[in-house]
Order: sequence, then structure tokens, then C-alpha cells
Amino acid sequence: MGEHVIEVNDLCKRYGNLRAVDGVSFEVQQGEFFGILGPNGAGKTTTLEIIEGLRESDGGSVQLLGQPPWPRNQSLLPRIGVQLQATAFFERLTAREQIHTFAALYDVPAAAGDALLERVGLTEHAGTRTEKLSGGQKQRLSIACTLVHEPEVVFLDEPTAALDPQARRNLWDLLSTLNDSGRTVVLTTHYMDEAESLCDRVAIMDHGRLLALDTPAVLVRDLGAATQIGVAADGLDTADFAAIGGVEQMRHNGDTMVLSTREPARVLSALAERDALADVHVRGADLEDVFLHLTGREYRA
Amino acid sequence: MRVMTTLSLAMWRGFVREKMALFFIILFPLMFLFLFGGLLSDPTQSRSTLVQVGEVQLLDRLPPESEEAFTDAFEVEHTTDLAAAVQQVRKGDADAALQQDGDELLLHFSQADQVTAATVRGTIFSFVQGANVAATDEPPAYSLTMQQVEDESLEPIQYLTPGLLGWAIAMSATFGAALTLVEWRRSKLLRRLRLAPVPTGSLVSARILVTLGIALLQLVVFVGLAMAVFGLQLTGSWWMAIPLVASGTLAFMAIGLLAGSVSKTSEGASGLANIVILPMAFLSGSFIPLDAAPEWLRSVSTIFPLRYLNEGMLDVMVRGQVASAALLPIAVLLGFALVVGAVATRVFRWEAD
Repeated sequence: MGEHVIEVNDLCKRYGNLRAVDGVSFEVQQGEFFGILGPNGAGKTTTLEIIEGLRESDGGSVQLLGQPPWPRNQSLLPRIGVQLQATAFFERLTAREQIHTFAALYDVPAAAGDALLERVGLTEHAGTRTEKLSGGQKQRLSIACTLVHEPEVVFLDEPTAALDPQARRNLWDLLSTLNDSGRTVVLTTHYMDEAESLCDRVAIMDHGRLLALDTPAVLVRDLGAATQIGVAADGLDTADFAAIGGVEQMRHNGDTMVLSTREPARVLSALAERDALADVHVRGADLEDVFLHLTGREYRA
Repeated sequence: MRVMTTLSLAMWRGFVREKMALFFIILFPLMFLFLFGGLLSDPTQSRSTLVQVGEVQLLDRLPPESEEAFTDAFEVEHTTDLAAAVQQVRKGDADAALQQDGDELLLHFSQADQVTAATVRGTIFSFVQGANVAATDEPPAYSLTMQQVEDESLEPIQYLTPGLLGWAIAMSATFGAALTLVEWRRSKLLRRLRLAPVPTGSLVSARILVTLGIALLQLVVFVGLAMAVFGLQLTGSWWMAIPLVASGTLAFMAIGLLAGSVSKTSEGASGLANIVILPMAFLSGSFIPLDAAPEWLRSVSTIFPLRYLNEGMLDVMVRGQVASAALLPIAVLLGFALVVGAVATRVFRWEAD
């Protein structure tokens, strides 16, 4: 096996006239937390399903752990863990019965299941039927079932899609620990903030094409976008704002004066000298700005 | 092996924890058994009502041995008003009225219920003939002894139990296979299992094992209750019902698999299964005995697997046939399962799209 856990080369998949995946290439290294980011219909899930071995590609090649995943590769299956968009459980089983069932399917001891229930914080709900669990709890159980056989590669397809913001952030805490022991994680998401806070590297996709691939920090830095500094507009006269060195643009936004600059330290210290930092907030560029820059349109998940 | 046991246990738990399924598969057919069993075993139904008008020597001077047979067949009312008696017969309140005028007996009957009319006419005629022979004081030239070919206790319950059991098994095997397939595909559990190192053979074997378990449970509950409550009496080779039920289960699982493969939703799958199973149950003699059905219907019924299951179970459970009588139905059912199962495998889909 090479240094790459996943190698995708010029991957193509067509549904009728729609090019769902159009010439996508990338590599994922061992222990990496890799994100595929894009709006719905960008081709993320199709790409993931081809790598997992659920679909056959129309062109290009995929190597997963050094082997082709299609057709169904029995020797790969115990080494990968897949968590699905829908939470796929056996009907009317309790949380403990679900994970014990999956443990048996992968031929690992039931105790491994109990340990994972503990790890995802579901021990006190172990006797509850899955139908009665909340959305966040179901997702935690689903992730626990994915990890029960200690897979080398874990695929997570939009794990937080149906959750409320609170449950989403709770799940991030769990997800961020998944690659701690050298495990490789591949995640698809349409949330920019999720990709930014979880992923080592992010591939941005739109209309089946790979638009950019790098760490979130580099993607944003390469954008070279200005920092926006907002302060209370009545702190200074408009002319005094304009006189501050390093300010490229300024505009009124209600009671706030927004200053655009590529030298935020200089502008902030000038504002501090003039005692004009009331209600200050600073916003740097993020992946949404990257997406806007790459596609020329606002990001709509 | 561990994989198959695990999957079977998970499916079994899913089944016994679903109260609606338990109701439809066990209690619903039992309700029919109790309904039909209760209705048809009412003993007063078989007696006819006879109105005796004035004095009728034939009835008033019956010898003791004939009198017992007569009261078994007729419930007698007395009146002197001929017109009122005829009116009763006309309205269906009584089955016949009998009057005597000298040596002549006159029977008034209604043709509205042809079967009852024929029975009453035949029975009264035989009593008259009996009295005539007795009046000659000579021994009868011919004597007749009657012997029923089935077990003497052949009551409606004997016919009802195998037929309704066949229907119940057809329902549970078909719906079980179809709905599980559609639901598991919808919830992506099927995809999840495809991504686990689970051999397809283990998955199919587990489903067969659980469905066979459910069918045997139905057999035990059905036959047990029919024996305890309605006095069902099994004949010698009844145990051949077990392989019959098993091969029937496979045949109907194959139908369910086919219905589940071509349907996208649970509603579609259960609708399709209903369209197949309900008419088949009627035409295969699950609710009404086929012996009374017209010839063309009996010919049509030979294409239905349920008919072979029903007839096979009737033969070995209540008609007292030898064990080998079940071999042909078993062969037909297994052949059906094989052919339909092969078709279902061809159209089977792991994914919804």
C-alpha cells in the first residue's frame, strides 16, 4: 500500500445528460481528516459512493487502501466504516441491541459495542429503542455502529445534515476525535463552518467538478481578501475615519461604520488611539468567500 | 454462522415487537376461525321446522326407533289452522306443513330454499315408505347401511382449520418478505449491510429461518386452538403438515420478494401483495370449500400455490390420507418457489434509485 489511503484519478459519473462527477482527482493521506464541501447536487455523495464501492464509475480510477473498491470487495469491507445520510438501523431494537448486532456482523466482541456506546455518551440510553432516540442521539449511535470494528477509513456522509445547531456542535466534539489514533476520515458536508472547524484539508466541489483543494487556512489566505472591521459610526467624524492609514474602503451600515483593510493591526491600533473601538467586531474572510470567489455566486447550501 | 444467527435474532425481535404485524398474522386469521367455526357448528341449524296440521297418524304413532330419528331431523309445531300453516311455510317461518286426509298425506313446502325443500321432501318420503313397509308386516326386500368415508366427526372446523391456516401463512410469508425488503431499502439498512462483510446468502438464510419460525408458530397456535376450542381431530399423517407449511412458506416468500423488488414504497408493496393473496385465498378454498365450487373455478384454482397448500393440508390433517399424499403438493410448492424466486432475484434491487 502506498502512502495514500485513497487515490481518485479523473473520476467521472454520468446520469443521463447530467455529469454528476466530472473529472475529479485527489489523494487522501493516512490519518487525515478530509472534507468534501459543496452545495446539494455538487456531486459529493456520488463521489463518496464510488469510493466506498457502492457505485461503478463511468471513467477514471479509484484505489481504496491500494485496492479497487468496485465490484463489492469483501476484503476491503472490514477495513472501512460507512455512516450513511439516513440512519440505517434494524427496526425496533434498542441502542445496545443495534450495536451488538453490528459488532456480530463484523465478528468483534459485544464488549467493543458497549465501550463505544460509552464513548458517544449513549450508555444511559442503551435500553431505549432507536425509534425513540432524538436526531442527535441517532446520529451518535450510527457513528458508534460505524466504528465498532475499528475501521482504518471512516466515511461520513453529511453527518450533521438534519440536526439543530446545538446538536450539530455537540456532534463536532465527537467527530473531531475520530482521527486521533491515525484513522483516516472522509466527510462530506454542505456546511462551510463544519468543514473549516473539522477538516485538515477541504475539497470544494460544484456541478461535479473539483474547484479547489487545500487546508481551510490556505484557501482563505490565497483569496487575499480584505478584513472587515466594524465600529460604532458615531465614534468619529466620517472624515476622521477616512484619514486612518490602511483603510481601503469604508461604508455605513446603519449605526456601524465598516472599514475594509489588508492591515487590520494598523487600523485597529489607530482606532484605539482615537478611543473609537465601541461595538468593535472583526470579520476575516472564510470559506464562503472562497466559494463566492470560485463560482461567482453566493453560497446556498 | 454468527452473522446468520445475529441477523435472524434481530429480525425476530423486530417481528415480535411489532404489535400490528402480530395482530394481522396471528389474531386476524384466528378471528375468522372463531367466526366461521362458531357460525357453522351451531347444531340447531340442521333441524327443519315442520308444522303438523290436525291429526297425522304417521307422526303420532311413530315406532320408538323412528321417533328418535324423526326428532333429530324435525322440530314439530302443532296447529289446526291449515291456512295459517301454509302461510308460515310461504313466509319461510316454517320449512314445511304436513296434513293427513284419510290415507293420503299432503306435504306443503316452499321452493324458495331448494336445498331445505329437497331435504324435507326426501326425509318425509322415507318415513312414509318406512311406515308402508311396516304396514305390510313383511321384512323389507333390501336393507341399506350407510358409512361415511371421512372421520365420523367431520365438522366444519375440520375443513376450516387447514384453509384458514393456509391463508394466514400465505399472508405472513408474502407481506413479511415484501415489507421487510422495501423498508430496509428505504431506511438504507440494506445498503449498510452491503457495506458490511455480510454474505448475501446469510442475509437470505436468516430471513427464511425467521419466516419459517413464524409459520410454525402459526401452525401450532391455529391447530392448538382449533383442537382445544372446537374439537378439531387430526388424522394419522398430520405431521406431514409441517413440511407442507415449510414449502408453502418458501413459495409465498418468493412472491413477497418479487412484490418487494418491484415496489418502491411500503404502500405499493402491501397493495400488490393484497391483490395477489386475497383473490388467491378465495379461489383456493381458504374460506369456502372448493368441493362445492363449479368445475371451471376448480380448474382455475390449479394455478395457485395456495390451493396445493390447502389441499395438501386437508388430505393429511383431516381426510386421513397417507403421508405420501403430501409429496405432490410439496413438490409443486417448492417448484413454484424456485421459479418465482429466480425471477425475483433477477429484478432485485439493493438501492431505491
